[in-house]
Amino acid sequence: MSIVHSTRPFEEDAKKALADDTLRGALRHATDLFAGRRLASIEGIDDWEDLRERGRAIKEHALFHLDRYLEEFVANGERAGVKFHWARDASEACRIVGSIAARVSARKVVKAKSMTTEEIGLNHALEGEGFEPVETDLGEWIIQLAGELPSHIIAPAIHKTKGQIAELFVDKLGIEPTDDVLQLTAAARKVLRSYFAESDLGVSGVNFGVAETGTIMIIENEGNIRMATSLPKAHVAVMGIEKLVPRFEDLEVFLRLLPRSGAGQHLTSYQSILTGPNTGGEGPDELHVVLLDNGRTGMLRREVTRQSLACIRCGACLNVCPVYQQIGGHAYGSVYPGPIGAVITPQLAPGDRSSKLPFASSLCGACRDVCPVKIDIPALLLDLRAKVSADGPALERRGFRLWAWMMRSTARYRLGAKLARLFPWAWRGRAGAWTDARELRPLARRSFRERWKRGELA
Amino acid sequence: MRVSLFVTCLVDQFWPEVGTATVEVLRRAGCEVVFDERQTCCAQPAFNTGYRDEARAVAERFIEIYEETDADAIVMPSGSCGAMAHHLPELFRDDAAWLPRAERVAAKTFELGSFLVRELGVEELGARFDGRVTWHDACHGLRDLGIRDEPRRLINAVEGAELVEMNAADSCCGFGGTFSVKHPDISVAILDHKLAELRDKEVDAVVSGDVSCLMQIGGRLQRQGSGIRTLHLAELLASGVEA
Repeated sequence: MSIVHSTRPFEEDAKKALADDTLRGALRHATDLFAGRRLASIEGIDDWEDLRERGRAIKEHALFHLDRYLEEFVANGERAGVKFHWARDASEACRIVGSIAARVSARKVVKAKSMTTEEIGLNHALEGEGFEPVETDLGEWIIQLAGELPSHIIAPAIHKTKGQIAELFVDKLGIEPTDDVLQLTAAARKVLRSYFAESDLGVSGVNFGVAETGTIMIIENEGNIRMATSLPKAHVAVMGIEKLVPRFEDLEVFLRLLPRSGAGQHLTSYQSILTGPNTGGEGPDELHVVLLDNGRTGMLRREVTRQSLACIRCGACLNVCPVYQQIGGHAYGSVYPGPIGAVITPQLAPGDRSSKLPFASSLCGACRDVCPVKIDIPALLLDLRAKVSADGPALERRGFRLWAWMMRSTARYRLGAKLARLFPWAWRGRAGAWTDARELRPLARRSFRERWKRGELA
Repeated sequence: MRVSLFVTCLVDQFWPEVGTATVEVLRRAGCEVVFDERQTCCAQPAFNTGYRDEARAVAERFIEIYEETDADAIVMPSGSCGAMAHHLPELFRDDAAWLPRAERVAAKTFELGSFLVRELGVEELGARFDGRVTWHDACHGLRDLGIRDEPRRLINAVEGAELVEMNAADSCCGFGGTFSVKHPDISVAILDHKLAELRDKEVDAVVSGDVSCLMQIGGRLQRQGSGIRTLHLAELLASGVEA
């Protein structure tokens, strides 16, 4: 499975989402809630802007010297007993995890929530080899039970209502109908606990890798990641190569930035900071880290695209994006939705469907304002738009060529304006995309420049 | 102060009253206004849609016209075109010949409201408007140029005008240039969400600093048969004054 999971055009997926009132109600509620909590959590933090700047600078530096920091990370991790694996692409990464699962003779594989394993389609691959991967994050598990895909980076089931989840649990778990959240959570916990006890392999992602110590850090709220990475015999962490920070003390910056930007928390409930396997009788016997490229080195080459790799997957840009707020995550047709998804997807998975995503933005810039590492998402969207305009619709390309030719000369500009007034049917008939739902302001009888020329403003 | 007015192509062709009002307001603020009749467009439509060659072609002409000006400032009744002028150096990032020229023009370019308050220190312009108005923060003015307080201060100084803040005044209206016709359904959904905030505000007019947003907002209000007007900041600031 690819990062892009939709085979329909973006417009079609968006239309479907817009027609779904339940989805839009759920989205509205959830995005407002997250955005509001984020604001509340940074209130009173005087150095928030400094913090963002530090986060940005650390990421930029680490990405610029990624080759060096990767070597350092691996050397220090190996000293601590970590086994490293390099994966060029998704299928290589899945093969590596599959072979580890086979070696430790796991059947059930407990999974921590991880966007990177979504990116490589790990569940699908493991199922294909006869393993039974189980998502243990409540939201992810709900999605897995429903046979759906996550629609938000940190809140995968954001599109579902309490009622829909209750129905799903009645259907799949055979519980008595209830809409009591505590009862629903308790039912999930009971089932998930038994999976932890049975499983020999835990799979997670990584929030940050520390070059200086070979440490990985994973943060969460439910405790399931702590269990998935400590109870089974072996733990495999799948990590995009961009997740590195140089020093252990850099974690402090991101531990302040990420929980606030994500769910609006001062700190997540759990921070698992893992340096090698089984130290002092705790944790798994084996710790594997799969370092995944999957198109990332291509993004490192240019300064503007390199920024995309600074993303720490907090999801703040989704919550404030007017487009995401209306259509939700699924319509993007990508594992990575929202503004950052519209930036990452066409770079990781070039193609016709993904190349349209940078146009799914009004360029309002709200994403840039909330990004904890100050990624200039609008600039990236513009850069990606520029990349595909040569293959844009023929009419549009001709239109812009004509437009530029007209705008380069005052005489031609005035002639164009005159023609537009003389033959309004020639262009107003084509304005349906605008006029289906909005009136189009008519051209003024006399332009400003005519009024100026006639001395009407003297 | 001598000001060269870049009126923007939308104002020139669709909403010349905004241009007239801008001249009026600038003069009242003590400026001498000149208008270079060679002007056309700032290049933004092509830049934002990804047509960099076409954008550069039009931007070069914009620069050629305005680098020659003997005016102290280039002022435009638009945060969006103003932001484009500030993006010009980015457009010519890899062009050693054009980059300094783009930077020179960008440094002299201002959006109207912020120019009045920040550069001239003027808030009170003697305008009068009897009614309740709400301010829509146009995205590029707000987020690219950092304009938030200036227009509110100007509105508060208008005699008779009551500024009523709507929820999420700073949320996008869904226009987004070619986005509004590439994705009309999403564009209107965003707009309707914004307009829902107006429902119980009983305002007489939505005021903003960009006619593009106002054409989006006004076009929908008109279709819905709403009596709420759309006014450009310049129109509000020029209103109620006997010429």
